[in-house]
Amino acid sequence: MQVYLPVAEVSVNAFLLLGLGGMVGVLSGMFGVGGGFLMTPLLFFIGIPPAVAVATEANQIVASSVSGALAHFRRKTVDLKMGTVLTSGGLVGAALGVAIFNHLKALGQVDLLIRLCYVVFLGAIGSMMLIESLRSMRRTRLGVAPVRGRRPMFGTRLPLRMRFRTSGLYTSVIPPVLVGILVGMLSAIMGVGGGFIMVPAMIYLLGMPTKVVVGTSLFQVVFVTAFSTMLHATTNYTVDVMLAVLLLVGGVVGAQVGAEIGTRMRAEQLRILLALLVLGVCLKLAGDLLIMPAELFTLGEGKGR
Amino acid sequence: MRVLLALLALAAPAAEAAEDVVLGLSQDQVAITATFDGSKILIFGAVKREQPIPDGPPLEMVVTLSGPAHPVTVRRMSRQFGIWMNTDSVLLDSAPTFYAVATSAPFEQAMNDGADLTHRVSIDRAVQWIGANMLDSNAEEFADAVIRIRERAGLYRTLENSVIIDEQTLFRTEIEMPANVTEGSYQTRIFLTRGGEVVGDYDTVIDVRKVGLERWLYNTSRENPLFYGLMSLFIAITAGWAASALFRFARG
Repeated sequence: MQVYLPVAEVSVNAFLLLGLGGMVGVLSGMFGVGGGFLMTPLLFFIGIPPAVAVATEANQIVASSVSGALAHFRRKTVDLKMGTVLTSGGLVGAALGVAIFNHLKALGQVDLLIRLCYVVFLGAIGSMMLIESLRSMRRTRLGVAPVRGRRPMFGTRLPLRMRFRTSGLYTSVIPPVLVGILVGMLSAIMGVGGGFIMVPAMIYLLGMPTKVVVGTSLFQVVFVTAFSTMLHATTNYTVDVMLAVLLLVGGVVGAQVGAEIGTRMRAEQLRILLALLVLGVCLKLAGDLLIMPAELFTLGEGKGR
Repeated sequence: MRVLLALLALAAPAAEAAEDVVLGLSQDQVAITATFDGSKILIFGAVKREQPIPDGPPLEMVVTLSGPAHPVTVRRMSRQFGIWMNTDSVLLDSAPTFYAVATSAPFEQAMNDGADLTHRVSIDRAVQWIGANMLDSNAEEFADAVIRIRERAGLYRTLENSVIIDEQTLFRTEIEMPANVTEGSYQTRIFLTRGGEVVGDYDTVIDVRKVGLERWLYNTSRENPLFYGLMSLFIAITAGWAASALFRFARG
């Protein structure tokens, strides 16, 4: 069944979208990741204009993060104070990100920016994950317990220190605000929640306890992606709500199935699989940039330069 | 989906022409709906004449359908630092968002070059003319790119031998439109030719509108983006919550 997506202005098979949503949902349920960083490039591959894919993914991520954030809130595994600090940075970052996005859109370079960001981040994260999980696999085999430092890296020496009771930290707000800005920018430019950067940054950079990390990250993601969605909707008119809903319905169901599968597999194996998948998408995107395209010309709206 | 366009009303007869097109519109709208995956417009009618069918070359017809014209930025990629990226661009003041030309014979036979030049009928002429005030010497390459890309997308099409004429009097043709056509007034021209020369013509306008949910969503996203954004968030959050609630319920 073909559906006409009113904002993307393309006809796509509805079952393809539900299937994509479901597939990414399964992966995100298995690996406990948001899935935006996989969904957005997949949308490029099926012919959704990158600007629409990014804005629509932001919309979808809000929806898929709300229920998770609420669950963590009920379990009191959200550091509200830290979440607020991260969010305030995130809002600034999202505004900056959309400003950069719109400037490059006017120059006709926004597709390149999005693709380059994906190649760089997917490449870096995919290889880091692969190395890390191979290492931890070797450690488990040797029977050595993984070492985890839990101390803020820079925060204790910087000014503007604050007490974060839930996380048990007394640290400067500068590092979390900077992390928030960075993640907010990425969220606006790449159409991702940014958990894949936020979670490691919280653990290793800010020294937060693991039990509050996921909830606090989700709390921050809901507000920052909602803000990105609004900015894209009001400045670029690129949020396609029909596309978002179709992906979401597939995604929500897929995530539940994925969570089931995830509990039956070993963590290291899962992470190696995810790392390979991320690297695969990265290589495909990089190939598209390096190989001479069949059509060298593209058409855009008539404003331009 | 198939849209019939019955053309029945009387045409204003041109003064000297011996042969005239008789048509009109019982339904002058083409609707794009939720399941729109392209549409066919059927144009049909009759040739009216006061005297017997003239001798000589048979009657041929050329039908054109032209969507609203918009400015378009054409960008060209080249390799920079090993990466293919947009480097040059040309702004064409105006290019039709849709253009189809249907003929009853091979194009050169239905209409000679002189008539094509006068009436700007073939795709190349119709588009070049609209983007004509380009000073850049390589602008032609960019204009060609517009034609090539839109032909591939099914937005510009030449449909030779697709107008069927019975007894040199009754005619009909079908023109397909892809799903991403632009809303607006579609200029429709019908030329009667004999031996490649135009012997009669007729102009009308078909209104193409997106209808239903699609139209409403598209227009709201442009005209009331703040409301649209908030609505998108609300709908997505509700849909996500409902899907997970339903799934939990289904599993007991």
